[in-house]
Amino acid sequence: MLKYILKRLLWMIPVVLGVLVIVFTLSEITPGDPVDNIVGVDAAPELREAAREEYGLNKPVYVRFFNYVAGIVTRGDLGNSYSNGQPVINEISHRFPVTLKLTLSSVAVALLIALPLGVLSAVKQYSWMDNITMAAALFFVSIPQFWFALMLLLVFAVKLQVLPASGIDSILCWILPVAMIGIGNVGNLARVTRSSMLEIIRQDYIRTARAKGQRKSIVIFKHGLRNALMPVIANVGNTIGVSLGGAVVAESIFSIPGVGQYMLNAINARDWPCVQGGLVVLAVTFSVVMLLVDLLYTVIDPRLKTEFQAKGKFRMPGLKNRAPGKGGAA
Amino acid sequence: MAKLVTPEMEKINRKLKKKSGRGNKPASPGREAWIRLKRNKLAVVGMVILVLLVLIAVFANFIAPYGIDDQDYTNVLSRPSLEHPFGTDQYGRDIFSRVIYGTRISFPIGIICVFLAYAIGGFFGAIAAFYGEKADMVIMRIMDIFQSIPPMLMAIAIAASLGTGAVNLVVAISVSTMPARARIVRSAVLSVKNNDYIESARAIGASSRRQLLKYMLPNALGPILTNITFSIATAILTVSSMSYLGLGIAAPTPEWGSMLSAGRTLMRTAPHVLVFPGVAIMITVLALNLFGDGLRDALDPRLK
Repeated sequence: MLKYILKRLLWMIPVVLGVLVIVFTLSEITPGDPVDNIVGVDAAPELREAAREEYGLNKPVYVRFFNYVAGIVTRGDLGNSYSNGQPVINEISHRFPVTLKLTLSSVAVALLIALPLGVLSAVKQYSWMDNITMAAALFFVSIPQFWFALMLLLVFAVKLQVLPASGIDSILCWILPVAMIGIGNVGNLARVTRSSMLEIIRQDYIRTARAKGQRKSIVIFKHGLRNALMPVIANVGNTIGVSLGGAVVAESIFSIPGVGQYMLNAINARDWPCVQGGLVVLAVTFSVVMLLVDLLYTVIDPRLKTEFQAKGKFRMPGLKNRAPGKGGAA
Repeated sequence: MAKLVTPEMEKINRKLKKKSGRGNKPASPGREAWIRLKRNKLAVVGMVILVLLVLIAVFANFIAPYGIDDQDYTNVLSRPSLEHPFGTDQYGRDIFSRVIYGTRISFPIGIICVFLAYAIGGFFGAIAAFYGEKADMVIMRIMDIFQSIPPMLMAIAIAASLGTGAVNLVVAISVSTMPARARIVRSAVLSVKNNDYIESARAIGASSRRQLLKYMLPNALGPILTNITFSIATAILTVSSMSYLGLGIAAPTPEWGSMLSAGRTLMRTAPHVLVFPGVAIMITVLALNLFGDGLRDALDPRLK
């Protein structure tokens, strides 16, 4: 068990390095000279040279990559913005908590709604409850998030004027963005919960529990849901990934000062270090989330635990929990 | 699995026997799946909508009452009327016509994205599953690294780096979804790899390529087909979101997402501009999801 956790932790190193390689490659294939974005196209040649020197753009690619990685590892330095010369990390450290809060709260809200709905429709399979829930879930996964956000704005901010259209000043401001990011997740997670629960309640041990006279509610929640939770947990990792992407869109629509808004502004300004920085921070966050989900998975599922104890040696880390979920990340 | 043959399946088997008139000879799995699909009302609804959408895309120039760029400056931002069923936008263009022409963009782009992602990802996934061991290890580790960037962020980053435009958008979406497709093909191939018929193929001297292409992939097609349907739905959603963010297909083209992007400043004055392109996206995606659900249940009846 400990060996697995250690192995899984060590695997984070190549993952983060790989992410850095991908992000760095993307910045390299961007057409145009970055100096144009630092000092402007019509700057004097001396000025351009100075900027090139200052940002280390005159060095070969591998040296720059090494410096970038070294900067991140030793000082948490993500480079300086092209447009204002400020360290990218300063801005991101302010904005990151906002994005994280937005993402996690929408996933939490989605789980709170989706789990009971999924369980209910599995237990009452083919009832009107089940039909309505599943029809709604299908609608939810089919609505384009950004359009749903626009419609929410139209109804609640423009027509009814009960909720604010932008900002993060009050708790009311979070309702619309969380609803926008959460809607697809509710649909997806409810469907996953239902099908997982349906498989579980057909198992022999559920029948045994009922036959021995156990109360139905206890059978459903203790024998059923606890076992049906595995695929749901496996899906939560992906859901958080999808929600991080959704948060970027939400931040742009509701002008929320998060990492996503920062990245999109930077893309328009061709300020690549900021895009790169935001991408690295969000990707590393996602990797950490996947790591936690993997570990949680092994802790919760006793079958996996015994597998470790029995064999000692285990297959590659990180593979089991990437359940190809419907829609979203899949 | 308590019971493999559900009453539902028995009913279908009886019906099949009656229809084919071939005594006890069972229908082919494909035909069986088709019959199950036809019995699923929701799937049929999805299928009908999809066929209609394809017809609309093909005959867009006959259906649309106006051209994509026909501007009527005397009739700017007019509400929906008999003349303009969905109203007009800020340049006096007929939104109904533009939504109709939008089918010509979203469908092909969504399909191309999925095709490319499956071509690249499927290749690696099949190889990983077929050769196993080290090849599997190396390929899937690399896919893991790609997957540690959430797909939407990856697509945004690639589009930001390559620039806007349809081709770059297709590249961005295909690359960002490629690892997930590799995983699906890998698990599909793994699930049939150890069947006896594969072993007999190997025994009679079939080459690796023949084993993989002729025997494994056709038998592993079920989950892949279902996933392709869902993937097209997701790709259409991503295309429109990216265009909305200004990273996809640019303004004058009647892409649904970019139409919404152009109309977002009009929320207070002319909300009808924002409604219809979104409804078009939703209907398309809903139809694909309905059809995909039906396909999944038809190909794997145990799930129901």
